[in-house]
Amino acid sequence: MNNVQNKGSFPWGWLALLALGCVAPFVLYPTFLMKVLCFALFASAFNLLLGFAGLLSFGHAAFFGGSAYVCAALAKNYGVTPELAILAGAAFAAALGALFGALSIRRSGIYLTMITLALAQLVFFFAVQLPFTGGEDGLQGVPRGKLLGFIDLADNRAMYFFVFAVFCAGFWLIHRTIHSPYGQVLKAIRENEPRAISLGYDVARYKLLAFVLSAAIAGVAGAMKALVFQLASLTDVHWHMSGEVVLMTLLGGLGTILGPAVGALTIVTLENELADKVGPWVTVIMGGIFVVCVMAFRRGLVGELLALRSKRATP
Amino acid sequence: MDFLGIPTQALFGQLLLGLINGSFYAVLSLGLAVIFGLLNIINFAHGALYMVGAFVALLGLNHLGMNYWVALFVAPAVVGGLGVVVERTLLRHLYKLDHLYGLLLTFGLALICEGVFRYFFGVSGESYAPPEVLQGGVDLGFMFMPLYRAWVVVAALSVCAVTWYTIERTSLGATLRAATEKPELVQALGINVPVLVTATYGVGVALAGFAGVLAAPIQQVNPVMGSNLIIVVFAVVVIGGMGSIGGAILTGLALGLIEGLTKLVYPEASAVVIFVVMIIVLLVRPAGLFGKQA
Repeated sequence: MNNVQNKGSFPWGWLALLALGCVAPFVLYPTFLMKVLCFALFASAFNLLLGFAGLLSFGHAAFFGGSAYVCAALAKNYGVTPELAILAGAAFAAALGALFGALSIRRSGIYLTMITLALAQLVFFFAVQLPFTGGEDGLQGVPRGKLLGFIDLADNRAMYFFVFAVFCAGFWLIHRTIHSPYGQVLKAIRENEPRAISLGYDVARYKLLAFVLSAAIAGVAGAMKALVFQLASLTDVHWHMSGEVVLMTLLGGLGTILGPAVGALTIVTLENELADKVGPWVTVIMGGIFVVCVMAFRRGLVGELLALRSKRATP
Repeated sequence: MDFLGIPTQALFGQLLLGLINGSFYAVLSLGLAVIFGLLNIINFAHGALYMVGAFVALLGLNHLGMNYWVALFVAPAVVGGLGVVVERTLLRHLYKLDHLYGLLLTFGLALICEGVFRYFFGVSGESYAPPEVLQGGVDLGFMFMPLYRAWVVVAALSVCAVTWYTIERTSLGATLRAATEKPELVQALGINVPVLVTATYGVGVALAGFAGVLAAPIQQVNPVMGSNLIIVVFAVVVIGGMGSIGGAILTGLALGLIEGLTKLVYPEASAVVIFVVMIIVLLVRPAGLFGKQA
């Protein structure tokens, strides 16, 4: 996994990425970059569950979108500051994640996937019917507010650096989790669940914690997205969103650290470029990428690169 | 006449609607269970293929003058043929891998199907008139029974019964069940298991195509008609467990009826009642009502 950083040596690779992130908003359109960062964090959170715990959730839109609604409602109706609104959104997503996790880990494999999908659909129906979500219109014109009460986030560059900082913190947390003893146990469960049980690990608790953590970080991503676009809508909780995050992770590389972020960058760029050129064909193209990834490209972009490198290193 | 304060007309009307929805759940979850039994994948494209079935009927009528009764055979054949192609060219290569890849592949296929039909037909959809013999209805005294709806229930249940009989009571079914348990052994006995697998997938999705034709006169034929339904059917499958063919049929019907009754008592909850039942079943009996789990 130490693709960029070797133990003991100075993390030049990460530093270069950090510098790139700081320069990017002066070269590219900040809103586009913020969208990429939100989805990169979302996909990385999803990958924590699928790539490292081996649990395929098809309900992550509920965490992403649910948190977006909570954050948007607090910021819009109660004038809550952005950092608190995001924290509240994440807390809501974590609670939802605990619920989804507790129910779905009672079954495994594809049943777990179907259960998360059904539960997320339940959340979708609530989002359609509850009075505070604004129905089909969603919550529009959400104020970005002032960070900590004095940094005005209406400015796109300020907003960008805030989003970038949160992204880095979230990404670091995921990275730390994966390399912690807890992360190793998760991997052991993914590889051989009966053996992990026989070694005395309480597998259900490990899985549940992975669910909560993944949901909370997905919630942070969703809440930030709501502030960036000043909008929380039904698109965020629709099952298409769950499918999209699966696609990003699969395309970038399941179980790699950087893969989901690369996948998110690719898909968001594609959507931006294609939306006005091919219209409804975007769905078809996404479906096509799914098929190609599954049939021929299961390691994903980053996974293939890593495999190429290790092949070259050990001839 | 009243029953618990609910007019009987309304009660039986909703029960009939529930029975119709239940029939669709039964046919679709039956197809999923048949496919899952032998291929060990969950067919995410099932809803999309149901939609394709409805469109084959609609386009056949509009462009070729194909009537409903012919469509009832042609649409499942077309959808089944599509299934055979998909199984031969794509799914076949995934059996050795984690079952999740089969799910992801069929999800991708569902997106492609939906996107293509969306491009050509928009999202609003078109209506499809039921055949003349089945228009109108009869007054049963306690309720008015539209003929087409009665036909849907009869047709769906007959197909379920035939499928159940074939799998549980014929020698072909016995072979199929044996291949589900021990494919290598069945192959060693000289039975061509790969062909059996292809045929099973074809028949499983043909059931979805059949359901699509049945649904065409009842609801608007549109590209997203399958995707919302399939999520409910997944919940049905979780509730019933896919271990038993009869269980899938019964669960489908029962949940349709429960949904219909909820519409009478508390209409706001009717869209979510099946998901709530799923949660309760998961808490009480995690393996599902008819499921076997170690």
